[in-house]
Amino acid sequence: MSNEAVLHAHATTEVHHDAHGDHHGEHHHHETFITKYVFSQDHKMIAKQFLITGMVWAVLGGLMSVLFRLQLGYPDSTFPWLEDILGKWAAGGKITPEAYYALVTTHGTVLVFFVLTAGLSGTFANFLIPLQVGARDMASPFMNMLSYWFFFAAGIVMLSSLFVETGPFSGGWTAYPPLSALGDASPGSKTGMDLWLISMALFVVSSLLGGLNYIATVLNMRTKGMSMTRLPLTIWALFFTAILGVLSFPVLFSGFILLIFDRNFGTSFYLSDIFINGVGALPNEGGSAILYQHLFWFLGHPEVYIILLPAMGMVSEILSVNSRKPIFGYMAMVGSLFAIAILAFLVWAHHMFVTGLNPFLGSIFVLLTLLIAVPSAIKVFNWLTTLWRGSIRFTPAMLFAIGFVSLFISGGLTGIWLGNSALDIHLHDTYFVVAHFHIVMGVASMFGMFAGIYHWFPKMYGKQLNNTLGYIHFWATIAGAYLIFWPMHYQGLAGMPRRYYDFSAWESFNQFGDLNRFISTVAMVVFAVQILFLFNFFHSIFKGRKLTNPNPWESNTLEWTTPINPGHGNWVGEIPEVHRWAYDYAKDGKEFIPQTTPVGADESQH
Amino acid sequence: MATTATAHVTKSWSGGKSPFNVEYGKLMMWYFLMSDAFTFGAFLISYGTIRFSTNGWPDPNEVFKSFPFAPEGANAPLVFVSVMTFILIISSVTMVLAVQAGHNMDKKGVTKNLIWTIIGGIAFLSCQAWEWNHLHHEGAWWGSNPFLNHDGTASTTNFTNYFFTITGFHGFHVLSGVVINIVMLIMTLTDKFEQRGHYLMIEKAGLYWHFVDLVWVFVFTCFYLI
Repeated sequence: MSNEAVLHAHATTEVHHDAHGDHHGEHHHHETFITKYVFSQDHKMIAKQFLITGMVWAVLGGLMSVLFRLQLGYPDSTFPWLEDILGKWAAGGKITPEAYYALVTTHGTVLVFFVLTAGLSGTFANFLIPLQVGARDMASPFMNMLSYWFFFAAGIVMLSSLFVETGPFSGGWTAYPPLSALGDASPGSKTGMDLWLISMALFVVSSLLGGLNYIATVLNMRTKGMSMTRLPLTIWALFFTAILGVLSFPVLFSGFILLIFDRNFGTSFYLSDIFINGVGALPNEGGSAILYQHLFWFLGHPEVYIILLPAMGMVSEILSVNSRKPIFGYMAMVGSLFAIAILAFLVWAHHMFVTGLNPFLGSIFVLLTLLIAVPSAIKVFNWLTTLWRGSIRFTPAMLFAIGFVSLFISGGLTGIWLGNSALDIHLHDTYFVVAHFHIVMGVASMFGMFAGIYHWFPKMYGKQLNNTLGYIHFWATIAGAYLIFWPMHYQGLAGMPRRYYDFSAWESFNQFGDLNRFISTVAMVVFAVQILFLFNFFHSIFKGRKLTNPNPWESNTLEWTTPINPGHGNWVGEIPEVHRWAYDYAKDGKEFIPQTTPVGADESQH
Repeated sequence: MATTATAHVTKSWSGGKSPFNVEYGKLMMWYFLMSDAFTFGAFLISYGTIRFSTNGWPDPNEVFKSFPFAPEGANAPLVFVSVMTFILIISSVTMVLAVQAGHNMDKKGVTKNLIWTIIGGIAFLSCQAWEWNHLHHEGAWWGSNPFLNHDGTASTTNFTNYFFTITGFHGFHVLSGVVINIVMLIMTLTDKFEQRGHYLMIEKAGLYWHFVDLVWVFVFTCFYLI
């Protein structure tokens, strides 16, 4: 009874909101600079905030990789200018081991969480969910705003950790104890680690606030006619991503709380029988360092899919639009996303095959891990069959989407190797792993993100990006990605361990000296090309060609039915009703049929 | 198209309305509770793992045998914690009554039952404060465990480490619940819900409160019974 009343009341406020939205469509006199650009509650502005903050972190994280590649490529050289920018961390023009480990750690943390989690799903979930499901805004715009500012705060704390005297945390992005739990163990485990934990805790809050909003919006705020099976695949992917985040981040949070207690309050959750040089034997007894790994990877593995699924969703959409063909196997795409989301929770121990895990248990995790190949292969084949005999438009977004598929195949195949516990004994913690996850998760998702940016930039800013720069960006990046990471497979097969500071001490790894130099050189070139992309992005916001056609890609989805520069509320007048799925391309002789077009009397079934 | 029989079956999912017939806030609360369940789940599974791999554990009947104003050496195992649990469960009952009164737009009933729920929450927290204080005086704290194992051997500090961390984390949730309920009470008294025409916020606060109670059942079982 009262529930009905509430829903009714909600509907009335909706109508009220509609009128408000109309108002905004015409003039923006309510908004000040602060409410429009800083503490904005408009999902489109929050998406842009996530995107640009993510870009700042991508530049910082990328620059860090350039710096440590400098050490790996030229272990014998000194670069006096490094001392000018890094001070004591590069005394004599050579990056110190502490600084090297701090750079590797911060690069990993920043790229995984700030760029590919917040920067990717923060941007596109915020931007696309309301626009593509047909909603005025997120379910709770206020929580959405909080989500961004918690992320921002996490970034500030992480940034500040770079400037503390003992340096930022340097124990690897996974922060395994005991190294991460004992300040006496390394300088980076002192204040830097405390700040790292605070930053990550803030990040978990941000991710939770965002995720709850995404889920509620997708379930509750779809416009009339937008059934779940008419949702574009982007929305399905972002929906599963949000669920993964809401269910896995809290476990990481618990793990961090226990770690905080171990660090500061004399507990032994993760600590047992430890001797530190110069300090002596520690009193801690009875804890288990492996316990942390379980808690960490229970998040850590779903996190891989939190990063990957949004890219998959956007790629599906972009491939279909630019092949001018319906996506092949829509329901199979949804089903495989679902299967991946479920399996994501059941494979975490494949990161722990060499921890002394019971081999029988290991074999179960091998099976579950290899099972992921099934939905992954379904997706790959569906992307390829979507491309097959399409009238492909090679826009920069399309190229990046195809690049994503290429990288996902290359990186996915090595995943089958690594998922085997027996092979993992040899490959664990080698450059083979580095190559695998950079290609399949890092670079592939980055490509998904680029595809998304190139595709939806016109909707975000009402301008066009420069295509020539886009093509240069794509070809240099895909070539660079393979040139950087392909050789690492060979290094890994030869047993070269990851995270080492200097390989020249080992006779057996000297053969890779030239290769390391080559990889470092390519990494710098690729980094420079990303700066070119950023130039294109920011230049086009202000000076780009103005969009004249509200639907530049001739796409079916709802976001292209809004005005070129939609106000807060997205649609002028009523929210359009949806009559069909999002993939009616090349149907009945028509180039494309937007979702808002009613189904004709003599239309063929899809 | 929309008038075909199949379209009617799937109408609740066809857009333009909430498929579960709930507004977004309650949906978010449910998902948040799932998320929070994973937090507590991770804690309790960690506790189980460590306890399972440890030789010997203190006997809860020996550790938790005191109550306020009890004479020295009183042996009343689990009596006090039973009282705590009873208080918390009763506060859940009063919360249900508050939600029920909200359904009937009965402001007086909401106010009365919310006050009882808040009192219950505060009473539980006070009991917990007394118990923590008592254990602390016996020498128990994070990193120190004065209690002996069942067999009289020295016990691991992880007994107290986990006890204080997890009951503390639960207590923090109860505290948040009390604060939320106080906010609800103020909103009720200032006629916020009367103006809105519904007491749905009370329902969402109620979901949280029941969840915190449910978690206590598990925490209670893991630390006091097993």
